[in-house]
Amino acid sequence: MAAPTTEQDNPLTAGLERQPVAPTTLVIFGATGDLARRKLLPALYNLAHDGALPERFHMVGVSRKHKEDAEFRTECEDAIRRFSRRKPDEDVLAGLLANVKYVGGTFDDDAVYSKLSTLLDGCDEQAGEPLNRAFYLSTAPSFFPVIVGELGNSKLARHEGADVRVIIEKPFGTTLEEARELNRCVLAIFEEPQVFRIDHYLGKETVQNMLAFRFANGMFEPLWNRNYIDSVQITAAEELGIGSRADYYDSAGALRDLIQNHMLQLLCHVAMEPPVSFTAEEVRNEKVKVLQSIPQPTPADIPEMAVRAQYSAGHAGGEDVPGYLQEEGVPEGSITETYAALRLEVDNWRWAGVPFYLRTGKRLARKITEIAVTLKPVPHLAFSQDGSLGVQPNQLVLTLQPNEGVSLRLGAKIPGTRMIIRPVNMEFLYGTAFLSQSPEAYERLITDAMRGDATLFTRNDEVEAQWQICDPIVGTWARTPGPLPQYEAGSQGPEEAGGLLREGDRWRAI
Amino acid sequence: MSVTSDVVWSEQGTTPDAIEAALRELLVQRHAENGNFVPARVLNMIAFVDREWSGEIANRLRGVGRYHASRLLVLSYEPGRERLDARVMIASEGEPEPGELALLRETVVVEIGDRHLDDLLTIADPLVVTDLPTLLWSPHGHEGIVEVLLALSQAVLLDSVEEPLAREALDRACTLTEQAYVVDLAWLRSTPWRERLAAAFDPASLRPELREITAVAVRHHQASTAAALLLAGWLASRLDWQVGPLAADGDALAGSVHAGAQDVALRLEAAPELSVPGLESVTLETASGLRVGLRRGTGGLRANWRDHEGVEREWTIPGASRGEAGVLGEGIRQALLRDPTYVPALMAARGMLP
Repeated sequence: MAAPTTEQDNPLTAGLERQPVAPTTLVIFGATGDLARRKLLPALYNLAHDGALPERFHMVGVSRKHKEDAEFRTECEDAIRRFSRRKPDEDVLAGLLANVKYVGGTFDDDAVYSKLSTLLDGCDEQAGEPLNRAFYLSTAPSFFPVIVGELGNSKLARHEGADVRVIIEKPFGTTLEEARELNRCVLAIFEEPQVFRIDHYLGKETVQNMLAFRFANGMFEPLWNRNYIDSVQITAAEELGIGSRADYYDSAGALRDLIQNHMLQLLCHVAMEPPVSFTAEEVRNEKVKVLQSIPQPTPADIPEMAVRAQYSAGHAGGEDVPGYLQEEGVPEGSITETYAALRLEVDNWRWAGVPFYLRTGKRLARKITEIAVTLKPVPHLAFSQDGSLGVQPNQLVLTLQPNEGVSLRLGAKIPGTRMIIRPVNMEFLYGTAFLSQSPEAYERLITDAMRGDATLFTRNDEVEAQWQICDPIVGTWARTPGPLPQYEAGSQGPEEAGGLLREGDRWRAI
Repeated sequence: MSVTSDVVWSEQGTTPDAIEAALRELLVQRHAENGNFVPARVLNMIAFVDREWSGEIANRLRGVGRYHASRLLVLSYEPGRERLDARVMIASEGEPEPGELALLRETVVVEIGDRHLDDLLTIADPLVVTDLPTLLWSPHGHEGIVEVLLALSQAVLLDSVEEPLAREALDRACTLTEQAYVVDLAWLRSTPWRERLAAAFDPASLRPELREITAVAVRHHQASTAAALLLAGWLASRLDWQVGPLAADGDALAGSVHAGAQDVALRLEAAPELSVPGLESVTLETASGLRVGLRRGTGGLRANWRDHEGVEREWTIPGASRGEAGVLGEGIRQALLRDPTYVPALMAARGMLP
């Protein structure tokens, strides 16, 4: 029988896969932008389809152009039909859109917040209770402080009898100082538990699986340290170029776009100590410790531990493709890197002396995101000289995309009369072992934010610790004139990346 | 990838060894054809079906989409059949794109007759993948066969609303829970209702109301009394109510259960207008005057809320119907999970049988 009902427990939630989400009004700033159209609105529809939205749910879009609710609803409908992972159910779609409203105006206009406040009060009145409020900042980063400040001025950062949360998209600053300033600005208005900084990589099942892989399997933990692990390589390679994102990409570059956030998060998942529990604070405490163990590079270190490059014309997917500097919208003589590789050290008891190699780039040979953990070689080989030639250190590879899985490279005897060894792979593919399809990262993250669960979001000190590692590199590179080393589109990346590797190490083939 | 491609092997007068060898050979063939074909290894499902209805069952299973078991073994029973025939299909959803994988799903259909029933285990055992969980489904009854095949199964799929009598359905489910994990489609149909009732009382200020419930009314499909009893049993088991037999009242079951400080009036009533299995509406009332109502609506459940002051509000909670294929698919998925609340709900439901 169930435990007696108390005010703390809801006995009806036991056994349910989906836990209740409190009634919420979600306000999306930048609601007509690309992210909202491609990701957020389809995610909301899919949550509605699955019956996973809160009991009472309203959405308010805020954007610069003035338009009527009906016009905005039509735009939402078009975006959902185009980008949803499943064909919309007409009745569900109509039900979702019926609770969508719009406020037009610039983000620094007090009138926008006044109208928004009235609308939000109306939602509460309709529901007969104060609804939680979640403000999703899906705008250019320059508007983040403006919107947060206006929310504070309009007294929208608190709501009697309900929770208010703010969800902030990446990039969270483009330098350490900007990140600190943004944190100061946000935390002057909101308390840290109200702030949800999105790194959508953390919403991917694959990234969460890494924690399950490490902490739910006893066989790896004894090996997971400097005594057995020789090096760690984290790769996020893309086959595609920058497409139509020249404006954004040229101001960001590969380091800011992927390494400062996603790839450092992956590194944290590899290197962190087991948290006491999987609560938001405990998990994030452990990640911050890892980031703080990575020495901040000095300008003198940077040529030895960081490489940047740009892609030149080449071939991808059987087509001739232009180089970065020939892409539409890229400024002449741009020194923005489309490839970045780092060698980092995690100076703590577990990892001292183990190099962590990170690399990311556009227009590489293929799309892959993986973490390769190379173990130290065996201390002695008893096989003949010929037989030993194929012996390679064990390598554990966690692939995040395109095929989520784990493979372990082992040495095995080639069938025959002689003892000759060659490497073979023992592979496990997640897709072959589960019936469920992974939900989109944004579906998970939006739900978690509405529930107030910050485990998969980045905390203020985490963001600053990430920037402490990347900021000196960003600054040094910005001060160093071009041209940048080039690598041919469709290749493995620049030769210069080899210079980061310790003797005997090599980059895995992309 | 949406187009399904199959390779097929069949043989009349075959043996389990030959079928198992054919499975291995077809896998090798597919892999040789394209190294990116990978056999899924998630779940075995054994379906014991009457041959005359096997087409209908095949249609139902086709509808489950991605929740198809990775190996489906259909034992198609035809009284009087002497020969063991078999068909093996290895299907993938289209050709894999370069750099991507395509999962293979295996279906084995074995035609059997009375003479094979005594040795059924020796036919089925070699044809399920070792070390994977196995779900057993016997939609046409055959309790004796189920008893035999439970030796290979960790979970059994049933639908309590398919038994003509609620008592038989709940007794049967109870018996099976002693031997395997039971996945009851009647229970799964009520998931959205249970989720929404849980959500209605989730705000901390409303949780004490759970101790104040005075009346529960459930309307259900005429043949879904078992589903209504399971929902009432869920409330009773979660809220620690002392249950007793309800009494028949025309088309309804009615009575009261004891909930600590007060009694709860229960009424489970058939809704003749409902054409699909499951529930039509649920209404809970509390001593303070709160009333929480849910009923089927277009595009989701329609909520009706009356607060302590008597103010009423209605709204729709969006959610798409899963359809019967979706419910079956969910049943297959649930074989890999464990819901600790079903058995207590089932026991309480049995306690309320008249």
